[in-house]
Amino acid sequence: MQFTRRDTLVMGAGAAVATFMPLQVFADATEDVSAEFAMGEAITDGGVELTAPEIAENGNTVPISVNAPGAVAVLILATGNPSPKVIGFNFGPRAGGQTASTRCRLAGTQDVVALAKMADGSVKRASATVKVTIGGCGG
Amino acid sequence: MISRRDFLQASVAASAIYGASGVGNWARLAAQQALTQEDLLSFNKTGNVTIIHITDIHAQLKPVYFREPEVNLGVGDATGLPPHVTGKDFVDMFGLTPGSPEAYALTYTDFSALAKGYGKMGGMDRCATVINAIRADRPDALLLDGGDTWQGSYTAQMTKGQDMVNVMNLLKPEAMTFHWEFTLGSERVREILADVSYDGLGQNIYDKEWEEPSEDFKPYEFYESGGVKVAVIGQAFPYMPIANPGWMFPEYAFGIRDQHMQEMVEEVRAMGAELVVCLSHNGFDVDRSMASKVSGIDVILTAHTHDALPEPVLVGDTMLIASGSNGKFITRLDLDVQNGQIMGFAHKLIPIFSDVIEPDAEMAKLIDEQRAPYEAELSEVLGTTDSELYRRGNFNGTWDDLICDALISERDADIALSPGFRWGPSLIPGDDITREDLFNCTGMNYPNTYRSEMTGETIKLILEDVADNLFNPDPYYQQGGDMVRVGGMGYHIDVSKPQGERLTEMTMLKTGEKIEADKTYIVSGWASVAEGGAPGEPIWDVVENHIKKQGTISLEPNNSVVVTGV
Repeated sequence: MQFTRRDTLVMGAGAAVATFMPLQVFADATEDVSAEFAMGEAITDGGVELTAPEIAENGNTVPISVNAPGAVAVLILATGNPSPKVIGFNFGPRAGGQTASTRCRLAGTQDVVALAKMADGSVKRASATVKVTIGGCGG
Repeated sequence: MISRRDFLQASVAASAIYGASGVGNWARLAAQQALTQEDLLSFNKTGNVTIIHITDIHAQLKPVYFREPEVNLGVGDATGLPPHVTGKDFVDMFGLTPGSPEAYALTYTDFSALAKGYGKMGGMDRCATVINAIRADRPDALLLDGGDTWQGSYTAQMTKGQDMVNVMNLLKPEAMTFHWEFTLGSERVREILADVSYDGLGQNIYDKEWEEPSEDFKPYEFYESGGVKVAVIGQAFPYMPIANPGWMFPEYAFGIRDQHMQEMVEEVRAMGAELVVCLSHNGFDVDRSMASKVSGIDVILTAHTHDALPEPVLVGDTMLIASGSNGKFITRLDLDVQNGQIMGFAHKLIPIFSDVIEPDAEMAKLIDEQRAPYEAELSEVLGTTDSELYRRGNFNGTWDDLICDALISERDADIALSPGFRWGPSLIPGDDITREDLFNCTGMNYPNTYRSEMTGETIKLILEDVADNLFNPDPYYQQGGDMVRVGGMGYHIDVSKPQGERLTEMTMLKTGEKIEADKTYIVSGWASVAEGGAPGEPIWDVVENHIKKQGTISLEPNNSVVVTGV
């Protein structure tokens, strides 16, 4: 009996085939989207908390959450996806907290970035590397 | 007041005087044929709390040979640190005597020769004797099981882990955490836990749909030892749905989740915990990294990577304990806890020499009962071996060479792949290979084989992926298994390179030809984590047929993997 390549990859995770795609191609797109969001403000690291798994259990649905106290808007980017924008959240003045979570599909191992715009217009950034793996063979 | 660090150093110095680098100075006694159970159990009782740690038993009810790794590379910050020290380096680091019982127990050097002299290790009846003796000395000692308990033998396979559950019920641990247990299926895990008296803990077992801590497993529990309120926080294997088939436990998500771990530590401290213990199945390097990120854990009982260390490893104020596997060792850790601080400790990695420690009669009887229905199948001799058969080590072990040979010849393949599991005991030259021995190295719930066409590019992709799970410099991105074992093909690996660049010189061994990226090869393997598994017969049937045809197994030394960048 023959297996298709997808079945054999041994080991599951459809997204893994793209693991070694040169992700640099998408870096420009990430920069463009970030600049647009920052509206000319400098982006500084820290002040926003991004939670993502170190290794994705399923690259097709990766849980991401962000906690950005004081933010009016948050943008989540998957820097290695062909289209890096994942989702944006806006928080009104009466929001009880500035936390949000979502799931996204990742084309391969890459950095996920959260940008948070504060009330004064300044922009904070957090980043986490999420590994997308074929899996199996462990233990 | 003496700081904890001063005290730890003082204790280590004191133990040096007694020659007790955790294992005791009984080499001389053994040479005089006078090693006794009393020597193995002798302990400088200390403080008010005793913890007994056993882990990664992999359902080994009976004593076994277990050869420790020859190659166990550390990368990144772990380079050259325990447990990434083997053979003579290990002997030198811990001041052991070459050829001594402790050197036999803890290293691979001269394994078969020493095995003939010192015999098998482990056996749950011997473990019961040791645990009972510690409890006689310290009645409220806490027994903690690090998981990988219900899988890894013929009888565990046939009873869905019930044999080990019955044995652990008699040992009465306070708590356990998990890894391979979940490959019995999540329903079976819940069914067993509903029926046992101890707690199944895991702060990182989440409800997959809601991404919240699962209500089926407690994150922690409190126990009392010596009047001290001890919190034990569970940490299940973080990469269960990645390293093992996630479809077997679809309701749960895992992960390291060190932020949640920090919250749990703060929560138990706020509830009055005077000692915080993490019962972990992270693997040693992940625990070492976690200890530097999460504050307030006093002791991490490590597991998963099957390391046995005769001394605790300190990371900041956290003590890491590594208690080996397969019932080969039990750790006793005594702590003097005063006002929420550890003021002193005594530690011993007790080696379970099966010929020295008397079996506990009640446990021996229970083990016999578990095995009785299967005795004929267990004891059937499939062949004999002229070679030392072992698995542990970062690259090929001889057990896996045998499995790969079987896949290539029985499934008519060019290349064979066998997963880099760390479980599976050893055999020494001249041993019969019984069905029990075969199941000790293959018994699990997704055993089916596949035979498939793969391009050279795909083969490289798979090997690079697995290599990164072992050699990524950040332990949080490692899964803790060894490298997938390869038959029929050799390669060079530079462990210092990034993913995608580690493997070169992939070569067909029978022809000497280079593997070509766009050429198609017939690959056979087993243990697919894809839903539904693979379509072929189980690996144990494939290997049994091969052994029976061979009669006597003789393996050539395997030099097909060349490692650089260490």
